[in-house]
Amino acid sequence: MAADPAVSIENLHKRFGALHALKGIDFSIGRGEFFGLLGPNGAGKSTLINCLAGLVRPDSGRLSVMGHDVVTQYRRTRRLLGVVPQELVYDPFFQVREALQFQAGYFGLGKENNDWIEELLITLNLADRATTNMRALSGGMKRRVLIGQALVHKPPVVVLDEPTAGVDVELRQALWRFIKRLHSEGHTIVLTTHYLEEAENLCERIAILDHGAAVALETKSELLARGICRSLHIFASHKIETLPDQIRAKVQYINGHSMALRLRKDKDSIVSVLDAIRDAGIDIIDIQVEEDKLEDVFVQLTGERDERGV
Amino acid sequence: MYGVYTLFSKEVLRFWKVAFQTVLAPVITALLYLVVFSHVLEDRVKVFEGVDYTAFLIPGLMMMSVIQNAFANSSSSLIQSKVTGNIVFLLLTPLSHFELFIGYIAAAVVRGFTVGAGVFLLAVFYVQVPVHSVVVIIGFAILSSGVLAVMGVIAGIWAEKFDQLAAFQNFIIMPLSFLSGVFYSIHSLPPFWQTLSHFNPFFYMIDGFRYGFFGQSDMAIEVSFLVVVTALVVLSTLTLALLKSGYKLRA
Ligand SMILES: Nc1ncnc2c1ncn2[C@@H]1O[C@H](COP(=O)(O)OP(=O)(O)O)[C@@H](O)[C@H]1O
Ligand SMILES: [Mg+2]
Repeated sequence: MAADPAVSIENLHKRFGALHALKGIDFSIGRGEFFGLLGPNGAGKSTLINCLAGLVRPDSGRLSVMGHDVVTQYRRTRRLLGVVPQELVYDPFFQVREALQFQAGYFGLGKENNDWIEELLITLNLADRATTNMRALSGGMKRRVLIGQALVHKPPVVVLDEPTAGVDVELRQALWRFIKRLHSEGHTIVLTTHYLEEAENLCERIAILDHGAAVALETKSELLARGICRSLHIFASHKIETLPDQIRAKVQYINGHSMALRLRKDKDSIVSVLDAIRDAGIDIIDIQVEEDKLEDVFVQLTGERDERGV
Repeated sequence: MYGVYTLFSKEVLRFWKVAFQTVLAPVITALLYLVVFSHVLEDRVKVFEGVDYTAFLIPGLMMMSVIQNAFANSSSSLIQSKVTGNIVFLLLTPLSHFELFIGYIAAAVVRGFTVGAGVFLLAVFYVQVPVHSVVVIIGFAILSSGVLAVMGVIAGIWAEKFDQLAAFQNFIIMPLSFLSGVFYSIHSLPPFWQTLSHFNPFFYMIDGFRYGFFGQSDMAIEVSFLVVVTALVVLSTLTLALLKSGYKLRA
């Protein structure tokens, strides 16, 4: 049993009427992994997570958490999962501490769990808000309460659905630190995001979802290696004017003394490109090579630009 | 077990925090009915032999408050959780469909009971009401508020918007409770309306409950008991199946 992956997804399908939201998803997430689920809006990330959490009923396929089926053994799997939903939901009738205590109570945890709740309040920087009504909290605070609610029962697998969507830079950094800490303490982390920077900074392995299908499933470095282009920035001693045709075709921009070329990793040799430029009488004083980032790989794979243009 | 208890306490706290609207307001409404109707109809409506009309009114008004508030509690809590989305906090937990059912129903029964008791406690200052059988009174209060709590769960699951819930309340719950004999004994009705009343399950709730006070009723107490229990069993079975299927709760 110890060998069972944290999460295993087999041939998962989900339709919403005519919309085929998940088209046979198949992958597993190892214990202790920091896993990123990426994809443009509407790709099916939340649907996948919600199937895991039991909020959405899959049409077919199998989902298990640490070897337990999420449909037939839901009591086990829901104890193993801590889910932070994407929507900023809260119960306006209650205060922060009450919200956490009720959530723990649903998992069968009573007073014995109160120390952990106090610890969560402190860690999430909510201690001075413990008796504030949920309604009176800022969006960032509500997000932190949601995270606290997901952790009240100390789940080994923590699933966060776009935890940093719409939060300010400072809180985003704080949340990243906190999630990293959970990971270092041994939690398996599953994070969906469409901030590519976030996945690039945090995740070890990444699945990219697009229109309900997984278009990539690799470690971050493998994924980055898939970038087929890189940029070459050239700085010359004189204004750049004449260029040979085979170079001109690769120019991204020319701006006085500098220019940028877009090169294919598989076809264009940097050395021969530089030789050709020098032969054209341009005196190169500096060069800079920029490898494609996750975002570029993402755009290649999904054909969509992130709307926020990270 | 602790999970259900938590849901139950949360649901009780939810209405108790706004007891002014959820308990006090319906108690006052019932007392206003009592004062107005007893004043206007005291000498016009004949009810049971030897029973004063004002006294006769009290169990009816109590039961009307009990059932309307039991319904309001479970239905409004569910629809609010659905509309605001915080229903996920329950759906993410290991609570089974049966546990969710018990938590919502038990809290709604407590709300119905509290309002009913409130009406009684204030009404006895106004008029003397006999108590024939405490067991029958409490038994019918629990069973009837249970039936309405279950109906509230069904309505709360089914409705997607507040106005759909309001329609359920205004077109089903209100007419059935008003036409169930709160203000009259059905024997005073023309035969057609008497027959029709027998198809109204709320009539049996009020009639059985009233028996607990006066020791007399329109129907035999056993019949009323059987009808209410049957309604509870049938509706509970349906509701448990709905909850288990995830209908309108889990996409
Ligand atoms: N409950 C639902 N009913 C109908 N369609 C839905 C539902 N949930 C999601 N969808 C649709 O499924 C697709 C995937 O949505 P979602 O999983 O939320 O995407 P993501 O989280 O990747 O942005 C979208 O087209 C969305 O409109
Ligand atoms: Mg989403």
